[in-house]
Amino acid sequence: MHKIFTRSLVSSLVFLFTLTVSAVAKDVKAAFVYIGPTGDHGWTYQHDVGRKAVEAAGYKTTYVEGVPESADAERVLRQLANSGHDVIFTTSFGYMNPTNKVAKEFPNVKFEHATGYKREHPNVSTYAARFYEGRAILGTIAGSMTKSNVIGYVASFPIPEVIRGINSFTLAAQKVNPNIKTKIVWAFTWYDPGKESEAAKALIDQGADIIAQHTDSTAIVQIAEKAGVYAFGQASDMDKFAPKAVLTSVENNWGPYYVDRVKAVANGTWSQKDTWHGIGDGMVVISDLDSAIPSDLQAKVKKLQADLASGKVHAFTGPIYDQKGGLMVAEGKTADDGMLAGMMTYVKGVEGDIPK
Amino acid sequence: MLKKLLQKNLECLWEEEKLIKIVKRDQPSRAIFFLTPVLAIFLTLFAGGLIFYILGFKPFEALKFFFIVPIADMYGFSELLLKATPLCLIAIGLSFCFKSNNWNIGAEGQLTFGAIVSGGVALLFYNQEGFYILPIVIMAGAIGGMLYASIPAILKTYFNTNEILVSLMLVYVSKLILDYLVVGPWSNPEGFNFPETRQFSDSARLPILFEGLRIHAGIFLALAAVVASWFIFYKTYLGFQMKVSGFSLKTAKYAGYKGKKMIILVFLISGACAGLAGVGEITGPIGQLHREVSPDYGFTAIIVAFLGRLHPVGIIFASLIVAITYLGAETAQIFMQIPKYTGQVFQGMILFFLLASDYLLFFKIKFTGLKK
Repeated sequence: MHKIFTRSLVSSLVFLFTLTVSAVAKDVKAAFVYIGPTGDHGWTYQHDVGRKAVEAAGYKTTYVEGVPESADAERVLRQLANSGHDVIFTTSFGYMNPTNKVAKEFPNVKFEHATGYKREHPNVSTYAARFYEGRAILGTIAGSMTKSNVIGYVASFPIPEVIRGINSFTLAAQKVNPNIKTKIVWAFTWYDPGKESEAAKALIDQGADIIAQHTDSTAIVQIAEKAGVYAFGQASDMDKFAPKAVLTSVENNWGPYYVDRVKAVANGTWSQKDTWHGIGDGMVVISDLDSAIPSDLQAKVKKLQADLASGKVHAFTGPIYDQKGGLMVAEGKTADDGMLAGMMTYVKGVEGDIPK
Repeated sequence: MLKKLLQKNLECLWEEEKLIKIVKRDQPSRAIFFLTPVLAIFLTLFAGGLIFYILGFKPFEALKFFFIVPIADMYGFSELLLKATPLCLIAIGLSFCFKSNNWNIGAEGQLTFGAIVSGGVALLFYNQEGFYILPIVIMAGAIGGMLYASIPAILKTYFNTNEILVSLMLVYVSKLILDYLVVGPWSNPEGFNFPETRQFSDSARLPILFEGLRIHAGIFLALAAVVASWFIFYKTYLGFQMKVSGFSLKTAKYAGYKGKKMIILVFLISGACAGLAGVGEITGPIGQLHREVSPDYGFTAIIVAFLGRLHPVGIIFASLIVAITYLGAETAQIFMQIPKYTGQVFQGMILFFLLASDYLLFFKIKFTGLKK
């Protein structure tokens, strides 16, 4: 009798304790929706690194990978919103409309959509990174190190994000080497090692001795390694896939933003935002510079990195001309975010036309 | 004793009298014909449970999250029907081709092209009202699918090309055409050049059946296709011709059937169904054209068609079963952290076990018992 009494007393105390604890610290659960597999070593992989940072900060997370941008995205979002998640990160452009639609039905759940522009409800935020700042650094390295003055660039889709990257890269390369030409091959894919390899080979055949990429697989740096030309890693540090070829990588670093936003949800301070962070806020990170880069260039790159971070230098500073010689940005001016967001013309020095 | 028994048994394998005998059937068994899909599903569940166990998940719990939890409520069930609708529609169309020995592997392309044509028409009627718009949009999708399916059909009948290769490769062509359109001429003028069209006006959208759910009128198209196919297969001369051609092309020729006409006809029917499935997706849940209209429904529907034994009623069940592997994979990842790609493993296993158990159609296993 006595035993039973103690036991029930203990268990009810434990029960009470758990009740108070859960009442004090609100358990915030975050969910992530990925377009690809977490092992792609590119876009999705880096978002998952960010998710792990949220876990490390003490929050519970869930993810669903390989969610197509078809009618399925909406169901996954609704299911996540319905199963006790407080904030949902949707990490591909194609989730924009489903995100806004589901957000309307779940006003108490926060939604964070990457790379989109629609914020139709107060519980939807958008976020993206100023990758073009990283590309200005790559351009500086490429312009200084090319011998053939032909730089290859494997592009994914002709959208402003990609055009902006090509332009930023070319402008920076021209600044150190006015004779360079950027040759573009459109792969029309974000992730297809086969197609990306073909594109890289074609560029090398056309005389490119440095290959930049705006697609996500590690195929291009590996092709460059075999062909003995230089390349830059995309999204994650790709050095280990091609130690000789990779000069540096532009890393997508979502962790700090994710931790910040999940904390804001936990503290009740979350509000709608449109975030566009660059090197300065640590969302864009430049990997270690390869020893093949001469030390004076390394110093120059480090300085540019610091200036881009502090805002002293803008990647799009006039005078900037388009391919036909028309003035895009006047001398002494910088391109505003509106112009950057809708950029659909090449700057002078880029070869070819934007596919339409 | 045991050793002796084993030895005897082993010897038996080499002799006339075996413990287990595999005998060829005189005729494929009809009962087995409809039982093997069920057997395949059970084997898949068993093997799936085993895989979960090996991966360190509780097998019964995992199977519960895969096959029961997703459809436990009204919303889940409506999502199942939404997912099964395109699969059923395409599989019905494919059954016309497969029954008559025409291997149309390109339903995905016909779906995409149907979506392109109907999406184009829907954009043409942007911001317009009128009861006539939706029927035109639907018709356009069916016609688009038919046009696209007619390419492998005509090439096969008049140039003797292989329809498997042609229809398959046209899938990739159709996706490139869609890419081109949504990136270029049809992209949303207010969309910052992102690869998507405008959202269609409500007059070009399929009506939703229940408030708050996504299940739309497209399900009636699928049901109509089921009824029509049943009628054609079993009540018309065309159905009989298809069946004969399916069994033996030589017999069909001998009977004087016009082979070319039939080939083109079954491809057109198949293309129309796939095109309608595309219409259902873009004017139903998606509401616009973008790069990813279908998560490979056209390919998955091939599994559905065979799992349903090319029979209209069988296809209904098969489409529901395959649809649930999609939903289940999502649920299992959300609640148990099981990788979502397991869903595709399940789809592959169903097909594998179905093909393997088809062995029983033509052979039977006889237990003869031990002879002293």
